[in-house]
Amino acid sequence: MADARRPRTMDLRKQPGFNQIAWLCLIFLYAPIVVLIVFSFNDNRSVVRWTEFSLRWYAAALDNQGIRNATIVSFKVASVATVFGTILATMAALATTRTAPFRGQTLSYAIINQPLMVPEIVTAVSTLALFAIIKQLTGLTGIGYLMLAHTVFCIPFAYMPIRARLEDMSLTLEQAAADLYATPFQVFRRVTLPMMSPGIVAGAMLAFVVSLDDVIITLMVAGPGETTLPIYILGQIRRGITPEINAVSTLLLGLSVILVTAFFLIGQRRR
Amino acid sequence: MTDLSASTVADNLARARRISESTARRRRLQLLMPALIVIGIFGLFPLTITATYSFLSPGTYGGVRWEFSTDAYVQFLFQRDIFDDTLSFSDSYLRIIGRSVGLAFVTTIGALILGFPTAYFIASKPPNQRNLWLFLITLPFWTNLLIRTYAILLIIRDEGLINFALVGSGLRSTPLNILYTDPAVFIGLIYSYLPFMVLPLYASLEKLDFKLVEAAYDLYATRLQVLRRVIIPLARPGIVAGCILVFIPGLGAYITPTLLGGGKKLMMGNMIAEQFGASRNWPFGSAAALILMTVVMLALVVYVRNSGQGGRRHG
Amino acid sequence: MPPERNRTETGQPGQGKAVMVRADGVTKTFGRGASMVTALDRVSLSINENEFLTLLGPSGCGKTTLLRLIAGFELPDAGQILLDGQEIGHLPPYQRPVNTVFQSYALFPHMSVARNIGFGLEMQGRPASEVAQTTARMLALVRMEDMADRRTDQLSGGQQQRVALARALAPHPKVLLLDEPLSALDLKLRKNMQIELKRLQNETGITFIFVTHDQEEALTMSDRIAVMSAGRILQVGTPKEIYHRPSSRFVADFIGDINIFAATLEKTGPDGATVTLPGGGKAVAQVHAAGVVPGPVSVAIRPEDMHLTAAEDKSAAIRGRIGNVVYFGSGNNVHVTLADGTEVIVRSNEAGAVDSPVGIAFSPGKLQVLED
Repeated sequence: MADARRPRTMDLRKQPGFNQIAWLCLIFLYAPIVVLIVFSFNDNRSVVRWTEFSLRWYAAALDNQGIRNATIVSFKVASVATVFGTILATMAALATTRTAPFRGQTLSYAIINQPLMVPEIVTAVSTLALFAIIKQLTGLTGIGYLMLAHTVFCIPFAYMPIRARLEDMSLTLEQAAADLYATPFQVFRRVTLPMMSPGIVAGAMLAFVVSLDDVIITLMVAGPGETTLPIYILGQIRRGITPEINAVSTLLLGLSVILVTAFFLIGQRRR
Repeated sequence: MTDLSASTVADNLARARRISESTARRRRLQLLMPALIVIGIFGLFPLTITATYSFLSPGTYGGVRWEFSTDAYVQFLFQRDIFDDTLSFSDSYLRIIGRSVGLAFVTTIGALILGFPTAYFIASKPPNQRNLWLFLITLPFWTNLLIRTYAILLIIRDEGLINFALVGSGLRSTPLNILYTDPAVFIGLIYSYLPFMVLPLYASLEKLDFKLVEAAYDLYATRLQVLRRVIIPLARPGIVAGCILVFIPGLGAYITPTLLGGGKKLMMGNMIAEQFGASRNWPFGSAAALILMTVVMLALVVYVRNSGQGGRRHG
Repeated sequence: MPPERNRTETGQPGQGKAVMVRADGVTKTFGRGASMVTALDRVSLSINENEFLTLLGPSGCGKTTLLRLIAGFELPDAGQILLDGQEIGHLPPYQRPVNTVFQSYALFPHMSVARNIGFGLEMQGRPASEVAQTTARMLALVRMEDMADRRTDQLSGGQQQRVALARALAPHPKVLLLDEPLSALDLKLRKNMQIELKRLQNETGITFIFVTHDQEEALTMSDRIAVMSAGRILQVGTPKEIYHRPSSRFVADFIGDINIFAATLEKTGPDGATVTLPGGGKAVAQVHAAGVVPGPVSVAIRPEDMHLTAAEDKSAAIRGRIGNVVYFGSGNNVHVTLADGTEVIVRSNEAGAVDSPVGIAFSPGKLQVLED
């Protein structure tokens, strides 16, 4: 019997070894992070040998003026970039969806996604070159340059979920509102905007996370006194490894995880 | 009955159509322009500055002097003798380009080998579990790349967890030297960009109709044949997209070679950064950036060609 | 204006009733150049006040396009649309006193049932008290009083359907447009909703324009039916007229089961036309279309308008042999093959043995001459 070669209940979807590799990937992705987090709670200067649970490195990190300043800069930049990036992305998403194909549509997509397609290091040095020219011409300095650079790369990240949300939304709802005597502005205010708001929130959160995590562009563009948290951490790592870095890193990781989890849950509820 | 004359009706209609079309066009322009202008001025225009700078001479303290020069490109292949100004062939920069392309390529292959089974595994889960798995795979991507690279560094350095275990258990008498080698950069790159591989692969595997797999089994295909003849061809657009998404950032990586290569094993990313920082040769850095851009664009062209075909084949 | 080719309106509005909606030579095309599709081709139609009119046709026939033109979601290329005597073809949807029940219901997911129902009144700027009163009345009308505060995604298909109806009826439109509203419901619920819709129309006195591809639904509910195909209206009439006196082959074929076969028209007289049937028999057929001349024609008769006889029986108009007998519960469909190979289906209580010769007699006045 040919059947004898195969088990009675054959899961046709399975491929041998695939499950193991998937679990391996998951361990590979999380093990280093877990190690980092665990040793941030270690009451010892070593980041290898476990002695005792302690929050001393968190206390040290929170007490560190450099870390505090960097945190404030990070939040300032991320907030401004998120607000402007999300507004611009929302407008662009409204323009590029829910219409018949128009001339220049593909070009518009390409321009909006440009910051994603160009390697970050190229964007970083090019932006540096542009800002150097502007500074020379106008004499203006300040954190505005950094905020502007972050806004630019926040736009495509905010744009993605907003556009996806709009494309998911049936045009019929807006037609129904118009049919029920809502003027175009009322349709937007009462139907389109509330319906797309989960997309806007998701987009804003992604933009915030991406801005908060940026290293390369910030490294090139930031002026003196504009050290963000990742730049501060990078400087510390270069100087030598301390559990204090683990503590700050864990805090920053935690913030990203909270934001992304919220993003995920918003997406879940939508379904 | 108020029968309007045909011409009045036609006029009304034409006016209504004109108004609705022109307001739609105007509104679209008003909404779209701000984003396009911001990205145009601060995203696209700077690239032309970089392109221009690559043909100028370096300024003494960074920046450029407005003198045309192809030195930046010549420098990739030749070394100028400080004393007699003669050019002699040098492969030091070519090696960096070669190492970047090589490492990015090996990373792509490694990520594919790990990512494909993972994506397939997720796609074959029941729908309610898929999102959780996907979330777990993407979560690291949204956390700080610098911190994740630092976490790798913690593990693989000479005093790190791996060597602590190796030496402690007596398997080795001296620590295994991983950090600041090419393999260290390779591990870091795979670790950084694995989610980029899994996501597009999952997207195309999720659409795969498992009835096709059943049909192949019904027609006497073995598991390996099903994988090779049915699943992989249908997942091709995802494979191409995933490879591009890993290759491009891998090529321009900065943090990974800086931290795990220790600045000794340069890749294009930190080489470019160095020219705008410590080395202060902006034209050379611009030329390197332009070369990097060219490779990336070539990769994107390959992608657009392939994904277009894949899409059509899928119908 | 081209010749009156498409203006053949049968089933004219009854005496004394006002025309509520009139479409006059309405044309609508989509796309451009080679990919241009004509969705409506100079369509003219009048719909009376307080009438239940169904636009019936296969998908792509233009019935939904006509509905969307009346609602204002599309602008016509040519022709005019009058509502209660006013030209409205160029107005945006929010300036037209018509409301739509969408195929997908299109309930606002971020609003409660009550807010959905009150939306139209609110947009019209009615005072809050009136909105609340009307909403309550509408909830009662569709028997959803207990569901006022529910979210719409917590409702069953049938309940969503009722909310969609209440929402569209709340502003008391002059015309209610229904775009295949029952297609998403299962059979039993659909039957109930058909009766419910008819009741709502009687109670509110609003003109209903109902779009469907389901001929049974159309026959059950409508005062009049307009059968459409390829962007044109082929026939307008009461369900009885459409069923028993189809003017064309398409209408006959689309509605119910019917046998169509070739015959020769000999002469027309006051009682109808004399036709020669396959096998040489003669019969009298009804002619409804103008301009039928002697010669080859198509004749049609429904399976229930015939009965089986003995092969030699004189009353038999045609003769053949029994092929298949298909039992369907309340009777049999007996497939009879004529000598020339034509297959005819006869509804019959007795079956008869397969391959036995049999005669078929026609009920008087049921045989129709079709316009091809």
